[in-house]
Amino acid sequence: MSALVEQAQLVKTSWLTPSRAGIALLFVAAYGIVPFTASGYLLDAILTPFLALALAAVGLNVLTGYAGQVSLGSAAFMAVGAYAAYNFNLRIPELPLLFSLVLAGVVAAAVGLVFGLPSLRLRGFYLAVSTLAAQFFVQWALTKFAWFSNDNPSGVIDAPPLSIAGALLTGAPGRYVFCLTIVVVATFLTVRLLGSQSGRNFIAVRDHEVAAKVIGVPVLRTKLLAFGVSSFLVGIAGVLWAFAYLRTVEPDGFNLDRSFQILFIIIIGGLASIRGSFLGAAFIVVFPLLLSRVGEALLGNVFDSGVLEMSQRIVIGGLIIVFLIAEPKGLVALVDRLEEQVSRHAGRLKRRFI
Amino acid sequence: MSMVATAGADALVVTRGQTRAGEAVPPASGAPLAAGSLRATDAAAPLLTLQDISLSFGGVTALQAIDLQVTTGEIRAVIGPNGAGKSSLLNVVSGLYRPDSGVVLLGDKGFRHVPTSRLAALGVARTFQNLALFKGLSVLDNVMMGLVHHRRAGFLRQIVVSPRARREEADSRAAAEAMIEFLHLEPAKDRIAGGLPYGVQKRVELARALVARPKLLLLDEPFAGVTLTEKHELAQHVRNARDTYGTTIVLIEHDIGVVMGLSDRVAVLDHGRKIADGTPDQVRADQAVIDAYLGVAHEGETELVA
Ligand SMILES: Nc1ncnc2c1ncn2[C@@H]1O[C@H](COP(=O)(O)OP(=O)(O)O)[C@@H](O)[C@H]1O
Ligand SMILES: [Mg+2]
Repeated sequence: MSALVEQAQLVKTSWLTPSRAGIALLFVAAYGIVPFTASGYLLDAILTPFLALALAAVGLNVLTGYAGQVSLGSAAFMAVGAYAAYNFNLRIPELPLLFSLVLAGVVAAAVGLVFGLPSLRLRGFYLAVSTLAAQFFVQWALTKFAWFSNDNPSGVIDAPPLSIAGALLTGAPGRYVFCLTIVVVATFLTVRLLGSQSGRNFIAVRDHEVAAKVIGVPVLRTKLLAFGVSSFLVGIAGVLWAFAYLRTVEPDGFNLDRSFQILFIIIIGGLASIRGSFLGAAFIVVFPLLLSRVGEALLGNVFDSGVLEMSQRIVIGGLIIVFLIAEPKGLVALVDRLEEQVSRHAGRLKRRFI
Repeated sequence: MSMVATAGADALVVTRGQTRAGEAVPPASGAPLAAGSLRATDAAAPLLTLQDISLSFGGVTALQAIDLQVTTGEIRAVIGPNGAGKSSLLNVVSGLYRPDSGVVLLGDKGFRHVPTSRLAALGVARTFQNLALFKGLSVLDNVMMGLVHHRRAGFLRQIVVSPRARREEADSRAAAEAMIEFLHLEPAKDRIAGGLPYGVQKRVELARALVARPKLLLLDEPFAGVTLTEKHELAQHVRNARDTYGTTIVLIEHDIGVVMGLSDRVAVLDHGRKIADGTPDQVRADQAVIDAYLGVAHEGETELVA
């Protein structure tokens, strides 16, 4: 018995938990190996969009997974971020890119707060529908007012090259490291927020709004904070999407499909889980590639891009249903279980040797 | 108004300073009550007074001209059959319902509609008839939530963990851990609340309410749905809370047996009316109470019951 307690304390006091070790390994690989060894295709077509989508998913997860407020307007806030950063950069040329990026997040947060106001009255389905307003309004405004795209008739913007402290990041590795760093810092700060009282308030409002109100959670302020923080993150993800990944974007690239894509990421990856956001994003990016390889191998030429698109939708739709029914906690729950088994085995091994 | 209640009033009731129904209760004048000093200054001061509270939903009368006084430091039970209006009463006190008429006095502050968002700051905490835990949070986090109204640090301070945020977090954690110990919840401390057995969840909810050291604690059927052993444990915890922290307790129960040994005074509701109010012994002997509980139908009341 006392040995058990001791062991428990040992585990508790040791800072090198398996998951921390895993994250450390990931960092080493992401910064130390990938930029130097990965092909341009892997960096540009897979890792960079993965990072941008993961950050968008983290943002939506703050709002939907943690604070329980459903949103179908994520793409709109990505667009606000992208176009805001473009305009800051265009109109205040002396502004460093990082500043434009953060300011773009702030603009997205402000727009998010406005479209978060209905959440003070509406919930669930009705709130989700009201966030569609953001989706359509933003897309409409960006197409309608040419000012946003520096008078481009169809609202298309060409992102400036990335630069940090005067140094241009032109190659694929540079863009990847830029994305990675922004995503790491933003995610770190988000984890800090979620681990604080505000994070607890989010979950309290999600799980029992009346009880939260009774014990003194500032419910309205908490909801608006969730909308603001979420839109800030999604806005920055939009900047990465436009500046580091596509580099030429139009408002239509941020349509309702994109909003659903991010929603699917957090459902598949795991609601209220940061790791789930990354897992889900990885899945959404890698899955179509796998599907096309498998499809080609099995069906040969019949499997063209049209068929790919179709089958992708069908499979993802099916997966969402499967996840909602069989594993509502998403991929992250599967990974957790796997991890638990590994550590149980490891513990057994350790005991045998000590 | 409440006819039966004071019919057999004896010296005990009078010394407890109960105001007879019908007498107007003016808000106590003078300085606002200092937290914690309530009990010491005047043991017989009413901490909670309901004056002529009525509430209806559409055609359904949930509460009808209810007068009720809760004295500082007492355990006050409100009992009655299902649908009697007990939960509605607590919802009025906690501001979740706005009464059609009447006034709620908390200490010396009178409200036509109690502001729910200020409830904790007013020194009132409550539990719910159906569990109202934050299922996705650990037990410790749930209990720490009970202190949320003390938190001042904004979210940016929380992100950078400013000294103030750090201090608030440490204080909340220490208080929550002490309360977890007080209610013997240590084994469940780091567990997610949603997965715990019902009886334990009830105790967690009690901990979340008690951690703020409320002056007034409202418990809506804390004993419903738990095992007999848990019932006795919980009753002991409730008594301990009063004895240790001086918390005044309003306890709702539909089972007349449980509360008799625990409460100082019992009010009985039936069909939204207060039909009795007094010591447990008085209430137990009261004919109207016996009728209500044994389901004896008075003439012409059968439709009402159905
Ligand atoms: N929110 C509500 N909407 C409509 N009717 C309600 C509501 N709350 C309570 N009532 C009605 O008020 C009466 C008293 O209910 P309640 O206070 O829950 O009784 P108790 O807690 O004593 O069982 C019941 O007839 C109930 O249906
Ligand atoms: Mg009830």
